[in-house]
Amino acid sequence: MPEKKIRVLIAKPGLDGHDRGAKIIARALRDAGMEVIYTGLRQTPEMIASAAVQEDVDVIGLSILSGAHNTICPQLMNLLQKKGMQDVTVLVGGIIPEADIPAMKQSGIAEIFLPGTSTQDIVAFIHKRLAR
Amino acid sequence: MSDKVKGTTIATGDAPAPAREPSRKERAWEENTLRPTLEKSPERQTEFTTISGYPIRRLYTPADLPGWDPHRDLGFPGEPPYTRGIHSTMHRGRLWTMRQFAGFGTAEDTNERFRYLLAQGQTGLSTAFDLPTLMGYDSDHPLSEGEVGKCGVAISSLADMEVLFDKIPLASVTTSMTINSPAAVIWAMYLAVAEKQGADWRKLSGTLQNDILKEYIAQKEYIYPPEPSMRLVIDTFEFAARNTPKFNPISISGYHIREAGSTAIQELAFTLRDGMEYVEYGIRRGLDVDQFVPQLSFFFNAHNDFFEEIAKYRAARRIWQKAMVERYRAKNPRTWALRFHTQTAGCSLTAQQPYNNVVRTAIQALAAVLGGTQSLHTNSLDEAWALPTEFAATIALRTQQIIAHETGVTNTVDPLGGSYFVEALTNEVERGAQDYIEKIDAMGGMVAAIERSYPQREIAEASYKYQVAVDKKEKIIVGVNDYVAREKPLDILQIDETVAHRQAERLAKLRADRSKAEVDRRLKALRKAAQGQDNLMPYLFDAVKAYATVGEVCDALREVFGTYEEVAIT
Repeated sequence: MPEKKIRVLIAKPGLDGHDRGAKIIARALRDAGMEVIYTGLRQTPEMIASAAVQEDVDVIGLSILSGAHNTICPQLMNLLQKKGMQDVTVLVGGIIPEADIPAMKQSGIAEIFLPGTSTQDIVAFIHKRLAR
Repeated sequence: MSDKVKGTTIATGDAPAPAREPSRKERAWEENTLRPTLEKSPERQTEFTTISGYPIRRLYTPADLPGWDPHRDLGFPGEPPYTRGIHSTMHRGRLWTMRQFAGFGTAEDTNERFRYLLAQGQTGLSTAFDLPTLMGYDSDHPLSEGEVGKCGVAISSLADMEVLFDKIPLASVTTSMTINSPAAVIWAMYLAVAEKQGADWRKLSGTLQNDILKEYIAQKEYIYPPEPSMRLVIDTFEFAARNTPKFNPISISGYHIREAGSTAIQELAFTLRDGMEYVEYGIRRGLDVDQFVPQLSFFFNAHNDFFEEIAKYRAARRIWQKAMVERYRAKNPRTWALRFHTQTAGCSLTAQQPYNNVVRTAIQALAAVLGGTQSLHTNSLDEAWALPTEFAATIALRTQQIIAHETGVTNTVDPLGGSYFVEALTNEVERGAQDYIEKIDAMGGMVAAIERSYPQREIAEASYKYQVAVDKKEKIIVGVNDYVAREKPLDILQIDETVAHRQAERLAKLRADRSKAEVDRRLKALRKAAQGQDNLMPYLFDAVKAYATVGEVCDALREVFGTYEEVAIT
């Protein structure tokens, strides 16, 4: 039986339009054999959580460079919990002060990828996490 | 036609470069001196390319400039084709404006940083606004939650703008504002502050970024669809031509295009073609090319590849001058002369070993100076972590001051002029850019090209190819994929939710204190005018003076113009 492809939602929450990173990750994950849905810009946590449910994804990747992560992430994690999506792996990439990382991980975010991360490291993390 | 160079593909266009014919002496060198060296010790790489992927020769000689005519192609500074610079004395006559981009938190916070930087010797202001302001939302809008004051200063009304420029005489301090979709609104507020200060508008110097085309292409801070957005931009050109002759109503930008991952040639081509699109829209409005174009300014990136950047600036001036004459029959030398601001490349700075960024920024800044920039912002070492601390921002400013006063590079105009390499590279960059410009012309212009996602796709492709090269270590980034080291965290600027709370209080008070009837009346007039053909600047000016907020004014325009959603290209 063919292995089910890993399904990933790449999302740009908040007002920021800097999407270079999100687009590169989307493409890299696609090239690595995953099914990737890119939400486009200016998504609210509600829109992202709904899309995650609708698309039945295994992973949500948030791209946040705006400093709004301490507002967006708790809201999203809360919504995912409410929608019964707490098993989804949530990853964050972008500009995140190191001091904020422990709290984010406490809230259930699996990993935070800072500038300079290679795409192969992200692919490897996802494969390892989902053990496939 | 494309050249595959070590996994990086760049388009060199269809026009082949003129044939290279080395002299007898050069051939002898290759045979007698070069060949033995290569046999004993091969070069470190099979191919050397610029950061944009353009192949670079081992040695440049006169053979690399076939048909090059110093009078036609180089000229003299201050004269067409302006390759050497737009002023005859360039930085000997006047240093570039040291204009550090700054903005965070409340208007008070930013006012303090503005005055600090001016006291430290910067010679112009440059304003960074927060995301809610950039997107035309008030600080207390639901979508502003978590974003207020984080990426720039929170400005929701004229009241905030007044605080922003407190103790700063706008008549004598040149001021830039990085704002796009709401640019006309923010400009109206700036003009209102100037009026309150008793400043003569005809003396006001500065720049409004106001380049909506590059928003669709790269920065993505659009609100309205292209046609009404262009109408707003041309309204500002018209208003500026009549009222603020020393003010640049636009900063036609390549910086963001480059930050989104484009090559140097794409940055140059898309920026200049955007410029031509604005010129054409202005002409269609009935404006005189020789009256409004002199007030248009440009904004380029200064990335890591030193010589490619210098070639880019020189090619920019030459392409623009020729285009103004050939396409628009411009007669005013001030229409021909491309003036630009530069910012060193934020995307090249690393989170790892951030002090290395001081070095990167210095080299990039040097390229901008040698390229003949009129104005310069140097990034801070903490660029990849947060907005700059005062400490980091000071080093960035000192970088410019050291270049200006200690290096000697400003002692002569265009020191690299006549270099076989730099002139050959300038030609190549020009050729590459012209190919793109012609392609976009064939599509029906830049708005048409944007609608079919052409520049967006080119940029996405280039940025992905670059990342692949970095991931494969074909491109080394010191501290990131090589020379990695353990490090301690950096002290960074923290902005918390107190900014949002202050803004919410202020907005509540503003709405209570102002005349709602007057605001409503003026917004109604604005909406009516937006439906027609009138220049909107006077209506915007009236609205902001009655303390209509950024959100209210932008929403009024949203009602008339609608909003824009892009088709996402990955």
